[in-house]
Amino acid sequence: MTSPSGISRGREGPVIDIGNLPGHSVELGRDTPLVLDCGTPLGPFTVAYQTYGELNAEKSNAVLVCHALTGDQFVAEPHPVTSKEGWWEEMVGLGKPLDTERYFIICANVLSGCMGTTGPRSENPETGKPYGLDFPVITIRDMVNAQKLLIDHLGIGKLFCVIGGSMGGMQVLQWAASYPEHVFSAVPIAASGRHSAQNIAFHEIGRQAIMADPNWNGGDYYSRDTYPHSGLAVARMVAHITYLSESALQRKFGRRLQDRSEVAYGFDADFRVESYLRHQGITFVERFDANSYLYITRAMDYFDLTEEHSNVLARAFPETPVRFCVISFTSDWLFPTSESRALVHALNAVAANVSFVEIEADGGHDSFLLDVPELHATLTGFLNGAAEHRGIA
Amino acid sequence: MTLEDIKNGKGALRADLQVIADLVAPGSRVLDVGCGDGALLAYLDAQKRVDGRGVEISQTGVNSCVAHGLSVIQGDADTDLKDYPSDAFDYVILSQTLQATHNPKRVVSEMVRIGRRAIVSFPNFGFWRVRLNLLFWGRMPVTEALGYTWYETPNIHLCTLKDFVAMCREVGVAIEKGITLAHTGHAGDIHPAGLFTNWLAEQGVYLLKRD
Repeated sequence: MTSPSGISRGREGPVIDIGNLPGHSVELGRDTPLVLDCGTPLGPFTVAYQTYGELNAEKSNAVLVCHALTGDQFVAEPHPVTSKEGWWEEMVGLGKPLDTERYFIICANVLSGCMGTTGPRSENPETGKPYGLDFPVITIRDMVNAQKLLIDHLGIGKLFCVIGGSMGGMQVLQWAASYPEHVFSAVPIAASGRHSAQNIAFHEIGRQAIMADPNWNGGDYYSRDTYPHSGLAVARMVAHITYLSESALQRKFGRRLQDRSEVAYGFDADFRVESYLRHQGITFVERFDANSYLYITRAMDYFDLTEEHSNVLARAFPETPVRFCVISFTSDWLFPTSESRALVHALNAVAANVSFVEIEADGGHDSFLLDVPELHATLTGFLNGAAEHRGIA
Repeated sequence: MTLEDIKNGKGALRADLQVIADLVAPGSRVLDVGCGDGALLAYLDAQKRVDGRGVEISQTGVNSCVAHGLSVIQGDADTDLKDYPSDAFDYVILSQTLQATHNPKRVVSEMVRIGRRAIVSFPNFGFWRVRLNLLFWGRMPVTEALGYTWYETPNIHLCTLKDFVAMCREVGVAIEKGITLAHTGHAGDIHPAGLFTNWLAEQGVYLLKRD
């Protein structure tokens, strides 16, 4: 029998050569630090971002893509660490709904991320060592405020579109709420105006798995030769289940066995679904920082546009000029259609210009990342309509 | 005919939709409740540059509208109009949908609340063919405007022009204009004193506002 604990390999943490990532990076908040929601001023800080396509002369064709919890700025190119294809190549590229010949696509690694933007792995100027848990707790609004500084830096007054799925969709809603005059259209996909109790609960399991790993060491592991790989891998395994659907798991794996014809009467990965999850956990550890995972999940948990507006979500968008396209998927139980519908009701209450499509797909929450033809058709149609009104050729 | 044809001004709209479209002022804010495949919205968007939105109960209809660049959401005339603020639109349109709503009175009341004007079109159950069907053949009428057999019809609240006018009076809605559509598709203004209007009109189109 092989080792029963298939994810507990003696691996080190992710090897990310921050200084040599493709794309761009900019130092922001040097003159005026960004005052975070927790009250701490942050600055100067770095935002790493990637762009595709060209900004037109009127600067009217910029699209900000907001990435999800474990995403990054490498939307439409091979990932510099894993060499896998970009996470949204389905949607971004030549002839795709976000056509790089027509639009200027920007995607920035979020604040507290681990792909070049300042986060818990970055050097704390006060100590000369990585922040670890001394990094201030970040909110979705902090991420968006940092992106706004980037957009200002790029000289773009009004984004043609802000788009993203899951946590990306939360950022989209925060953009529309915080900077309505700087957003022409907004596409929150598989998102919600507030993180639900169930979602906070799943995040808590992930965080506890990381913090229960002795190698986590109170978040101070950067100078050690051990890494909380087991904890982070388990966190990823739990989260990954929530991104799928029961029917997709059944269809892909069923009860099929992994490389064997009968069960082995042990705790090795007998079932294919176990093997698949372990693989997801292990590969995730190679590219993601455990502390970043804690910080970003926390930011999602804190997100609640409703509570911030006297418990009336509509008050987040008074007289909004933004054109919205809200999208949900039938099999998504993490951010179910009911959440999108609540958002649409709120937008109706301010007579906003809103489209709302629920798409039949059995891929669960992750459907927004998959090849779903109806998602393509919806986005292409919505963007074409918006571009016509914005006067983009 | 596709939505693209309508946008390009090539295709003709359904007769009652054309009557409705002619009532809408250019550049206005429009909510089309029960917008179906989006034909009217596409026409109003292209020909009258309105700021148009749609509500449609069928998800397939919604997805097709959005894929054509129209601002449409999935929703129900009976339950979802209450969300909108008062005077949010210049026109709220309900074409060939009133008879399928659960509570037509409330729907019409909500329409004149959220819109400065409301436009309603519906099949006239007082149309002579409908009357003759029942009178002579003793069968539930199936006509062009009412194309369903009794057991599969979504139409649960059919009414005549006179019924509709009475209901408007009851809920405090003023009729600014009434237009009939004959079987031929010919449109004509409704004269309140017209003796045979309720016999001859296959469909009615009414422009309404709060009294």
